[in-house]
Amino acid sequence: MVSNTPTLQVEDLKTYFYTKAGVAKAVDGVSFSVAKGEVMGLVGESGSGKTVTGFSIIGLVDPPGKIAGGRILFDGEDITSADGERMRRLRGRRIAMIFQDPMMTLNPVLRIDTQMIEAVQAHDKVDRQTAFERSRDALGQVGIPSPEERLKAYPHQFSGGMRQRVAIAIALLHKPDLIIADEPTTALDVTIQGQILYEVQKLCRERGMSLIWITHDLAVVAGLADSICVMYAGRIVETGTIADVIDRPLHPYTHGLIGSVPSHNKRGQPLAQIPGMAPSLLSMPQGCAFHPRCPRADDKCLVDPAMSTPRRPDHRVRCFHPHLEDAA
Amino acid sequence: MTALIELEGVSKRFTRKLDIAEKIVNVFGGHIREQTVHAVDNVSLAIDEGEVVGLVGESGCGKSTLGRVIAGIHPASEGTVKFKGRDITAMSSGESKEWALQVQMIFQDPMSSLNPRLRVRDIVGEAPAFHGLVTSEELGAYVDEMMLRVGLDPSFGRRFPHQFSGGQRQRIGIARALAVRPAFLVCDEAIAALDVSIQAQVINLFMRLRKELGLTYLFISHDLGVVEHLSERVVIMYLGRVVEVAGTEELFAKPNHPYTVALLGEVPRIDRRGQAFMPIKGEIPSPLNPPSGCHFHPRCPHAMERCRVEQPALREIAPGRYSACHLNDQS
Repeated sequence: MVSNTPTLQVEDLKTYFYTKAGVAKAVDGVSFSVAKGEVMGLVGESGSGKTVTGFSIIGLVDPPGKIAGGRILFDGEDITSADGERMRRLRGRRIAMIFQDPMMTLNPVLRIDTQMIEAVQAHDKVDRQTAFERSRDALGQVGIPSPEERLKAYPHQFSGGMRQRVAIAIALLHKPDLIIADEPTTALDVTIQGQILYEVQKLCRERGMSLIWITHDLAVVAGLADSICVMYAGRIVETGTIADVIDRPLHPYTHGLIGSVPSHNKRGQPLAQIPGMAPSLLSMPQGCAFHPRCPRADDKCLVDPAMSTPRRPDHRVRCFHPHLEDAA
Repeated sequence: MTALIELEGVSKRFTRKLDIAEKIVNVFGGHIREQTVHAVDNVSLAIDEGEVVGLVGESGCGKSTLGRVIAGIHPASEGTVKFKGRDITAMSSGESKEWALQVQMIFQDPMSSLNPRLRVRDIVGEAPAFHGLVTSEELGAYVDEMMLRVGLDPSFGRRFPHQFSGGQRQRIGIARALAVRPAFLVCDEAIAALDVSIQAQVINLFMRLRKELGLTYLFISHDLGVVEHLSERVVIMYLGRVVEVAGTEELFAKPNHPYTVALLGEVPRIDRRGQAFMPIKGEIPSPLNPPSGCHFHPRCPHAMERCRVEQPALREIAPGRYSACHLNDQS
């Protein structure tokens, strides 16, 4: 499944927001790559910069935000400084995004067919009939019953789960190489989340599509993704395969996150909690951003740690004191 | 031991009244009926003192409405709610006041349940001062004690709710509930809006408070992982009805009702790798027009003819275990 050029390569990406109160480094030197057909989970708490990373890739960062440095290579092409026209041709056609709130993606006063046909014709010179058929097939693929009738409905006539399916169907219209999904199931019920995960997983396997799944829910990523990046305060603190990161986390933050997930083998016992809360982006602690909350911190942590590979070459961590001892 | 809270055949209906245009249409021979939602339909449940009960279901299943009926925010349309063995509708005003103070609720969104114009010490101190639980000289110290108890620095008392983070705001909500010395807390999705690392802090706080104050909880959540961690007994609701009640360990080890089985299968778990997600078909139907017979039958893999016609009763299938499914009659 893995070809030589990764679908997406992000190198030292820096997206800063220039506000009156100072420069907020929402994304500060993030690097990762996504191979063809790979599902990558981008995990972090609110304010960790995971959504801004997604927005930077697809070129939707609004002022006062700006990509201040680094490169984004899509299929080998540098799209960091691509002009509006070039990005418009890529967006929707080769890179698509699914947002958390489908009501935000869909225009409430237009019928679904109008919106989908418009999306098809924006990139392909096809007649209305072909565009209609493609929309219908896309809806069928994401598991919407009787798609021909449902195309004539307005967004408010759909339930939350169905709306999210429509949003996914629109993202799939042009068979993109890369989909960025920003918390698409957070607002949905468990059973509906299960259905959406099932469809997405199937589509990735069948089509060889790459997927970046942005979420705060480690459990979803553990079941869905191949690899994982954990973000904290604008930086990737740990990255590797699911098996490495979830089973043998190196960074104290990842360790704490996994410990704080309630699970059946710890029933009734206190959860391992991370003290304190995530720092404000405007007043970041010196050195490692996690050190004020970290149980392993010492004087060394006042210097910024670099990415290192203390255990395996593809399991990278940004920490001076990684959890190496419980490597069984 | 008498149950702290006891529900017998409690139903809650919400009816939308006809507006003037619809009434006029009816005068001229139209047939527009009032629409009724059976949010809670014939629920019986007893919660013992010191117990932690989890209430689980999808959105729209009536779990929050049930919580509000128990907390006394909504009156029940039918059935009786008993607090310490006494029917709440037949209480004297003194008893009624005691009940109202003993049962407190903690809401999902801490920002919308705290008055943004009051300082924290006023939010926490208002109720105990009003009800005369503490004198005005002791109030300051009492509020400080409540704040310390939930892990907030008492020096923050002069601040307003917007100056706190989400987790701290939820702690303010808990401190406010604790300030009237309740015995029973209804937590309605109390940690759903919080970040993972903050969630763990609040879960630990709930467990510590239970130990220190001997509290009883009804924990309403859609997150099975949290419910499994906290509760001793779990109640599963579907479209206003209770479909299964069981001890937490039994329920997660051997779910009985097909809906519970499906619900447990859906939950993403951190220890489940590269799992193939197998969804339950369809969505939760509208409570305005619920399916006949067993509400779950259109989505159920084992549905038979009988399920379409007859509503299954909630029957005891093993000591302390209840399930509402026709399949249990066959074996």
